[in-house]
Amino acid sequence: MSGETVLTAENLVRTYTTGGGMFRAAADVKALAGVSFSLRAGRTLAVVGESGCGKSTLARLVTMIEKPTDGVLRVDGRDVVGADYQERKRLRQEVQIVFQDPYGSLNPRKKVGAILEEPLRINTRMSAADRKERAESMMAHVGLRREHYSRYPHMFSGGQRQRIAIARALMLQPRILVADEPVSALDVSIQAQVLNLLMDLQDEFDLAYLFISHDLSVVRHIAEDIMVMYLGRAVEHGPREAIFDAPRHPYTQALLASTPAVEPAHRRERIALTGELPSPINPPSGCAFHPRCPFATDRCRTERPELRPVHGREVACHHAEAIADGVATRKGATAAADASAAQ
Amino acid sequence: MTVDANAVQETDPEAQGLAARPMHPLVEFWVYFRESRGAVAGMAVIAVVVIVAIFADVLAPHDPTEQFRDSLLTPPVWAEDGSWAFPLGTDAVGRDMLSRIMHGARFSMVIGLVVVTLSLSIGIGLGLVAGFFRGVVETLIMRLMDIMLALPSLLLAIVIVAILGPSLFNAMVAIALVYLPHFARLTRAAAIGELSRDYVTASRVAGAGLPRLMFSTVLPNCLPPLIVQATLAFSSAILDAAALGFLGLGAQPPLPEWGTMLAEAREFVLRAWWVVTFPGLAILVTVLAFNLMGDGLRDALDPKLKRS
Repeated sequence: MSGETVLTAENLVRTYTTGGGMFRAAADVKALAGVSFSLRAGRTLAVVGESGCGKSTLARLVTMIEKPTDGVLRVDGRDVVGADYQERKRLRQEVQIVFQDPYGSLNPRKKVGAILEEPLRINTRMSAADRKERAESMMAHVGLRREHYSRYPHMFSGGQRQRIAIARALMLQPRILVADEPVSALDVSIQAQVLNLLMDLQDEFDLAYLFISHDLSVVRHIAEDIMVMYLGRAVEHGPREAIFDAPRHPYTQALLASTPAVEPAHRRERIALTGELPSPINPPSGCAFHPRCPFATDRCRTERPELRPVHGREVACHHAEAIADGVATRKGATAAADASAAQ
Repeated sequence: MTVDANAVQETDPEAQGLAARPMHPLVEFWVYFRESRGAVAGMAVIAVVVIVAIFADVLAPHDPTEQFRDSLLTPPVWAEDGSWAFPLGTDAVGRDMLSRIMHGARFSMVIGLVVVTLSLSIGIGLGLVAGFFRGVVETLIMRLMDIMLALPSLLLAIVIVAILGPSLFNAMVAIALVYLPHFARLTRAAAIGELSRDYVTASRVAGAGLPRLMFSTVLPNCLPPLIVQATLAFSSAILDAAALGFLGLGAQPPLPEWGTMLAEAREFVLRAWWVVTFPGLAILVTVLAFNLMGDGLRDALDPKLKRS
């Protein structure tokens, strides 16, 4: 299963400048504050986190819609940021994306055939007949029928539209597929079908998936590796088993505890997160999670923890071992409120 | 239309996940358009005007500029002294009113077409550029459009004609410039709305260049409001061209343009009512028909007014 590395990201940073109106100073928002990971062919890395944690920004950087402010992104071992136009054009074909909302991601004025053939029309010099043949074979791969070729997107259900979107993403035979919450807009009954399709296609084409999601049960189903993000940084990154069986970062623990479980035995002790996700314009000092963390100490307020290996995965927490051993002291709710008020 | 509907229904039942009875966009459009009787009536009138304009040479009983010196200011056929030779009477120099109005339809259609084509194409270009580039370019274009909108439209047209010199073509250019801001603003607003949607991003990821994004991906989705605006501008253009003609700044005599005909007949209003009434009625009916159809189009194309 462990294929070659097709994508590496080192310390990716993306900063947006907001405001800067007539009466306000411009503010920098660090949507992504230094994220590193690598993707291997045939494997899936899931990126998990609350909305606003930088997941979608990561997708935009990896698909080369936007350039990173800082850091290195390599596709196939080649630097994307420094690449010239031709090189970027070639590398761009290696990375494609499937979006969350299948109702917005297909051009309503184009027939399915035209939608599928557009990437070929732009990037190759195939004849119209060849393009049609490729489109029809890809439609068969994703479970669409031949006569769907000349229909408009509005004639399809959400699940079928997502199949069309997946087919379009695979038309250029990319090696990396970014899936930005690909099933969260679908009915639960359809979700499994689309996920299974994604897994079949991964085996068939040896694709590397960057799977962005907030649904942990979906992630558990599809991903081999998991990266948990909080406020633009990875807080825990490691193999699925390690993270699901024994989460070490308090934020990961809280996320896992918040997924509903049917069996009472599988229910975890609830760790309710208090407070909102802090504003990325003015992130908390030290560990970004400390205002909401039940284990926060003075050290957490001043010193930012780096990712470090703990028990077979990487964790960014000063107290990861103590939390694992159950010796970390949990603050009372009032203390947590005080800490956030002190900010 | 009916053939399409049948084809869709035939394939429908065996489709596993298809939404029930998907209608072809054209069929769907017709279903909604048909609901407004005024719009259908307007479309019928426009069809008649277009046919008359195209076949004016065959349909008109006389040449529009031929002067029948022995029958000046003949009243219409149903009035006293009327004759079947001139069903709607003749004007002060003995030209047949009916023939002139039929040929005038030609000018009105050409005016509408040229004006709408000019301002639509330039407006779409400016609007797309403003929507895609934002920033300084957008500010420059849109403030210029705002300035043009701040001037009364006919006044602006008169100024432009005064600069270019009075002729039918210059009048059309002037009117096209006057309607430009509407199209530019509409296109920009629609383009900005569409640009944030995922299918545009998907095109970008597939490597689509700027021209493809503008004209193949985004523009077709901006068209419904533009079509409505175009039909409404068509009628306004006819009206404005008639006004410029009436002021002597548009079509010059002896062209049988409706507004110019009104201007020529001004001094006979009290003696011969038909010389002003019929060109005026022609303008009224045509403009009304276009407005009705424009309203119907808006209702049929606006997704917010659709009951699903």
